[in-house]
Amino acid sequence: MTAFEIFDRLEQTAIGEAIRNSSWLFPVVEALHLVGLALLGGAVLLVDLRLLGFGLTTRSPAYLVGQARPWLWSALALMFATGIPLFLSEALKCYGSPPFALKMGALALALVYTFGVRNRLVGRLSPAAHWRARALGGISLLLWFTVAASGRWVGFY
Amino acid sequence: MTGPSAGGKVSLLGFCEWLAETPWSIALHESLYVYPVVETIHVLSLLLFVGSVIVVDLRLLGWTLREVPVSEVTTRILPWTFAGFVIAVVTGLLLFYAIPIRTYLSIFFRIKVLALIGSGINVLLLHRYMNRTRSAWDVGARPPLRARVAGAISLVSWAVVIAMGRMIAYNWFDCDRQPQSDFVNWAAGCVLE
Repeated sequence: MTAFEIFDRLEQTAIGEAIRNSSWLFPVVEALHLVGLALLGGAVLLVDLRLLGFGLTTRSPAYLVGQARPWLWSALALMFATGIPLFLSEALKCYGSPPFALKMGALALALVYTFGVRNRLVGRLSPAAHWRARALGGISLLLWFTVAASGRWVGFY
Repeated sequence: MTGPSAGGKVSLLGFCEWLAETPWSIALHESLYVYPVVETIHVLSLLLFVGSVIVVDLRLLGWTLREVPVSEVTTRILPWTFAGFVIAVVTGLLLFYAIPIRTYLSIFFRIKVLALIGSGINVLLLHRYMNRTRSAWDVGARPPLRARVAGAISLVSWAVVIAMGRMIAYNWFDCDRQPQSDFVNWAAGCVLE
């Protein structure tokens, strides 16, 4: 099965169909997607600002990762629960959309990086390792902002 | 070019009509890339602005950072909220400036402005309350009911602001799409012939 056939199949799911046939479902799900983005922003920035040397510098990055964890998961759950139906409603538009491809690539990297790299290394940072901490937070911010920005551009194409 | 008045009487709609005729408004409206870039920055500002507001709200609710005094959270996070707010307001004003008349006559934009005013009043009242009483509960894991209610109101009102902001793009209730109900025409400020 080619990639096009997969996207074509996804376009025809009942969920995608229901959203396409409704005039208000897409905007409402999209608005919830944006509310999830704000929560995601809070959960990511709390840790990344600290790693960059700002925000709650009175607390350890590892503590903030723990505090942000349930909210990061909640935000991601809301993002996927709204983002997947939005995608299903216009899968063929997303096929061949450069912003969508960029968003999915950046999202995969952001997830692997946040949970596989940042959250693991954060407990092992020595207090003197300023530049390592900054890189750890900076890369996270860059990845998540790329996801958000390219997400907006899916609509412009 | 006439001044910001319609029929000799200064009105907000007249002001918007005047704004729409200014060269920079037309240029912004018609630009291929500047408008989408400004809109993207407006959306991204939400990560910093509302994201940091949510951190403070969740602390007020006692749902996160329970070991951290409320004053420590606010002094360290609110400067970032303010930075995000400035970016959101500057880009938001530019977006309004690019499409003044339709935005002014958008029922969603009007609800958004009302929610913004509500958020602002909630913040002002909360800060007055905090200045008076916070020393008594600053280090407590779970702030008093008044503070928790303010945190909850803030979460809901900012969600409304975000949702209504997104809805401005949809033209279901635009004045040039008649017939609309009397309520919609009244709420959107439509001028009907």
